[in-house]
Amino acid sequence: MAQAAAKHGENHAHGHDHGHHDPQEMKILGFWFFLISDVILFSVLFATFIVLRDNTAGGPILSDLIKMPGVIAETFLLLTSSFTSGLAVLAMNQGKVKQLINWLIITAVLGAGFLALEIYEFVEMVHEGFSYTTSAASGAFFTLVGTHGLHVSLGLIWMIGLMFQLKKRGITDVTRGKINVISLYWHFLDVVWIFLLTIVYLMGVM
Amino acid sequence: MLERLKEFASEFFVTGDPLIYGADVAIGITIIAIVSVLTYFKKWGWLWRNWLTTVDHKKIGIMYIIASIIMLFRGGVDALMMRLQLAMPNMDFLHPEHYNQVFTTHGTIMILFMAMPFMFGLFNVIVPLQIGARDVAFPFLNALSFWLFFLGAMLFNLSFVIGGSPDAGWLSYPPLSELSHSPGVGQNFYIWGIQISGIGSLATGINFMVTIIKMRAPGMKWMKLPMFTWSVFSTCIIILFAFPILTVTLALLFLDRFAGAHFFTLDLGGNPMMYINLIWMWGHPEVYIVVLPAFGVFSEIVSTFSRKKLFGYKSMVFAMLIISFLSFFTWAHHFFTMGSGADVNAFFAVTTMLIAIPTGVKVFNWLFTMYRGRIRMATPMMWTIAFIPCFIVGGMTGVMLSVAPADFQFHNSYFLIAHFHQVLIGGVVFGYFAGLYYWWPKMFGFQLEEKLGKWAFWTWNIGFYVCFMPQYAVGLMGMTRRLSTYGWDTGWWELNFVSTIGAFLMGVGFLFQVAQIADGIRKYKTLKASGDPWDGRTLEWSIPSPAPEYNFAVTPRGDDVDEWWEEKERRAKGIHPPEPVYEPIHMPKNSSIPFIMSVFWFVAGFGFVFGWLWMAILGLAGVGICMIARSFSYDTDYYIPVDEIKRTEASLRGSV
Ligand code: HEM
Ligand SMILES: [Cu+2]
Repeated sequence: MAQAAAKHGENHAHGHDHGHHDPQEMKILGFWFFLISDVILFSVLFATFIVLRDNTAGGPILSDLIKMPGVIAETFLLLTSSFTSGLAVLAMNQGKVKQLINWLIITAVLGAGFLALEIYEFVEMVHEGFSYTTSAASGAFFTLVGTHGLHVSLGLIWMIGLMFQLKKRGITDVTRGKINVISLYWHFLDVVWIFLLTIVYLMGVM
Repeated sequence: MLERLKEFASEFFVTGDPLIYGADVAIGITIIAIVSVLTYFKKWGWLWRNWLTTVDHKKIGIMYIIASIIMLFRGGVDALMMRLQLAMPNMDFLHPEHYNQVFTTHGTIMILFMAMPFMFGLFNVIVPLQIGARDVAFPFLNALSFWLFFLGAMLFNLSFVIGGSPDAGWLSYPPLSELSHSPGVGQNFYIWGIQISGIGSLATGINFMVTIIKMRAPGMKWMKLPMFTWSVFSTCIIILFAFPILTVTLALLFLDRFAGAHFFTLDLGGNPMMYINLIWMWGHPEVYIVVLPAFGVFSEIVSTFSRKKLFGYKSMVFAMLIISFLSFFTWAHHFFTMGSGADVNAFFAVTTMLIAIPTGVKVFNWLFTMYRGRIRMATPMMWTIAFIPCFIVGGMTGVMLSVAPADFQFHNSYFLIAHFHQVLIGGVVFGYFAGLYYWWPKMFGFQLEEKLGKWAFWTWNIGFYVCFMPQYAVGLMGMTRRLSTYGWDTGWWELNFVSTIGAFLMGVGFLFQVAQIADGIRKYKTLKASGDPWDGRTLEWSIPSPAPEYNFAVTPRGDDVDEWWEEKERRAKGIHPPEPVYEPIHMPKNSSIPFIMSVFWFVAGFGFVFGWLWMAILGLAGVGICMIARSFSYDTDYYIPVDEIKRTEASLRGSV
C-alpha cells in the first residue's frame, strides 16, 4: 500500500490532475529562497566579524595564529568535494545509481576530512590561548567559521540519509529532487568558504 | 533533600506577587477545564486528527487567528495594568521592576505573538483561495511553521509563572540584556521564545513566496493578482531578508549569555551598539512586514464595498514594492541620538521621509476608489474608513520624528509611544480586524451580526483617540517612555488619567468583539452565509463558505484582477461556464511530525533557558529524529476520488 502510494507520488511530476505545478520544481525554488536567507545569515556574521576583528582586548591576534598550509588543505578538500558532488549529479542524470552513491560517498569523505582539519585548527588555536571567550574578536571568529562548519556537518548527516534512501528506492523523481537540492546546498557551502578564505584568512595574514 | 527541593521551587516558580498567584490559579483552572471538557466529550481524537496534525491551510489559518486573539488579550491586560499604574502613579500598583516586565512582555507579545500570527492567519486562510490554488506550496512546512510559532509563544508566556519575565524592553538592548545586568532566566525566555517562532516565520515567508510564484490559477498574470496577495508577496520578500538578521542577532546575544562570548558585552572588546544596529535592521522592516498586509486588506475592502475596481492598481503594486525595498534603509532613525554624525543621520532622515511618498500614493488610491462609489457601511468598511485619518496623523507624526535634529527632543518620549501606537493600532490592528470581519463568513460559513460589531467599532475608535492623543501632548511636556511613576509637580497627571480612560474604552471594545463572536457561535445556524455574502470580486468568493477541503473542485481561471466580478457579469449576460469536469484531486496527508517536532523545540528551548544542557540536547536530538523521520517518509499524499468530489459539491452547492 505504502509502496503503491509512493509510486503514485513519483509519477505525479508528470502531472495529470492539476497539471500546472511540479512539486520538485517548487522544492528547488523554495530551496533557492532558503539559500538567500542563509546568505543573509552569513552576511550578518561576516559583518560582525569585520566590526569586531580588531577588538582583541590585549589577547592573542588571529593573524598570528593562522597556519596557511592547513587552510589551503581545507580549501582543497572542500573544493574537490564540490566537484565530486557535481559528478554525482551527472551520474544520476545518466541513471547510474551505483555510481551516484559512490560519488556521494567520496563527497562525504572529503567533507569529513575538511571538518577534521577545521576542528584540529580550532583545537590548536585554543591551545595557544585564543579560545571562544578570550575576546570579542575570538568569539566572532569561531562563530563565523564554526557556523560554516556546522552547515557542513548537517549536510553530511543529510547526505548519508539520502544514500540509504537511494539504496532502497533507486532514482525516482522524488530522490532526484532531493539529490539536486543537496548538491545545490553543497556548492553553496563552497562559495561561502571562498568568502571565508578571502576575508578571514587571506585578508587576515596579509 | 526537602530543603533543597523547596529552594529550587522558590527560584523556579515566580513567587511573592499576588497578581502572579492569581495567574497561577487562573492557568491551573483553565488547564483543568480544557482537559476535562475534552475528556468528557471524548474529543481528544477529534482534536488530534482535525487540528493538531492537520496540514490544511484553512485550519492552520484559523488556529493562528485564535492564538493571536488570546495573545491580544494577554498583551491588552498588560497594557491596561500599565495604564492603571500611570493613572495613579503613587499607589504602587506595579512596582518599578514589575512595570519593566510588563512593558517588555506587552511589546514583545503584541508585535511577535499577536500581530505576526494574526497576519499569518489571514495569509493562510485567504491567499490560496484568492489565487485559485488547492493549498500552499509546502503544506507540511506550513503546519510546522504554525506549531513553531505556537510553542515559541507558549515558552515566552511561561516566563510569567516560571523563572521570571524578561524586563529589558521589547528589543532587549545590551548591556541591559547581558548576563552582567540581567542574570535571571527571563532574558533567555525572550531569546528562545522569539527564536523558535522566528524560524517558523521565515519558513512561512518562503512558503508563500513559492505559493504565489508557482501556484496561481492559469491566466493569472502578475498584474492580475488580487491586491491582498500582492501585499503578502511584498511582505514575504521583507521576511526573507529581515528574519535571518533577527535569528543571528538573538543567537549572538545568547552566545554571550550562555557560552561566554563577547559580542555585545561591555568588557573584552564587545560592542553593544552593534546589537542595536542589527536588531533594528530587522526591527524596522518588521513594522512594514506587519503593515503591508493590512494595506492589502484595505485595498480589497475598499474596492468591494465601493463596488468599483481599485483605483491605480499598478501604482499600488509599485508603491508596495518600493516600500519593501526602502524599509531596509531606514533603521538608524531609531537612534539618531547615538552620535553617528550628521551625514549618517541625514541619510537615514531622508530615506525615512521618502517612504512617506509611496504611502501617500496608496492613501490617495483608496480615496479615489471610494470617490463616486456606491459605498456600503458594513463593519469591514467602517474599520477601513477609520483607518485612513488615523494613519494620516500617525504618518505625519512619523515624519516629524524622522527630522533628525527634532528627534533629539522627541526620542523615547510619549510622543514616540503615541506615534507608533497610532500606526500599529490604527494601521495594523484595524486592518486585521477589518480582514477578520470581511473574511469571517468565508472562514466559518456564518455571518456575524453587525450590531455588537458597531458598538465595538465605536468604543475602539473613540477609546483610541482618548488614549493616545493626550500622549502626544504629555510627550512634548517631557514625559519619557518606560516610566512607572512621576511626581505631581510635573503636571502630567491629568493627561495620563484621560489616556487611561481611553485605554479602558478600548478594552470594552474588545469585550464587545468577544460578545459578538460568542453570540454568532450561539446562533450560527440562523446566520448561515452564502459563498459570496458581500458581493465580492475575487476568486475566494466563487466557492462555498466555508471552502471544502480541496478549495476548488475544478481549477479556476484568473484572467482578471476581479475575476469573480467579471464572471458574475458574464453570467448576468447569460454566458455560463461549461459544466465542470472533475478529476481526482491530489492532497497532502496529515502529519503528526510538525507538532511533535515543535514540542521537541520547546523542550530544547526550555533546557537552554535554564542552562540544563541534558534537556537541551534531548530536545535537539528529538528535533533531529523528527527531521530524519520526515525525510524517510514517502507516503505523504493521497487522492480524493471524483465520486467524493461530486457528493461534496452537490451537498455544498445545494445549500447555497
Ligand atoms: C490596546 C491598546 C494598547 C495600549 C493601551 C497600549 C499601551 C502601552 C503602554 C502603556 C506602553 C508602555 C509605555 C512605556 O511605559 O514605555 C506600551 C508600550 C508598547 N506597546 Fe502598546 N498598547 C496597546 C496596544 C499595542 C499594540 C496593538 C501594539 C503592537 C502591535 C503595541 C506595541 C507596543 C510596543 C512595541 C511597546 C514598547 C514596549 C517597550 O517599551 O519595550 N501596543 N503600550
Ligand atoms: Cu523604523
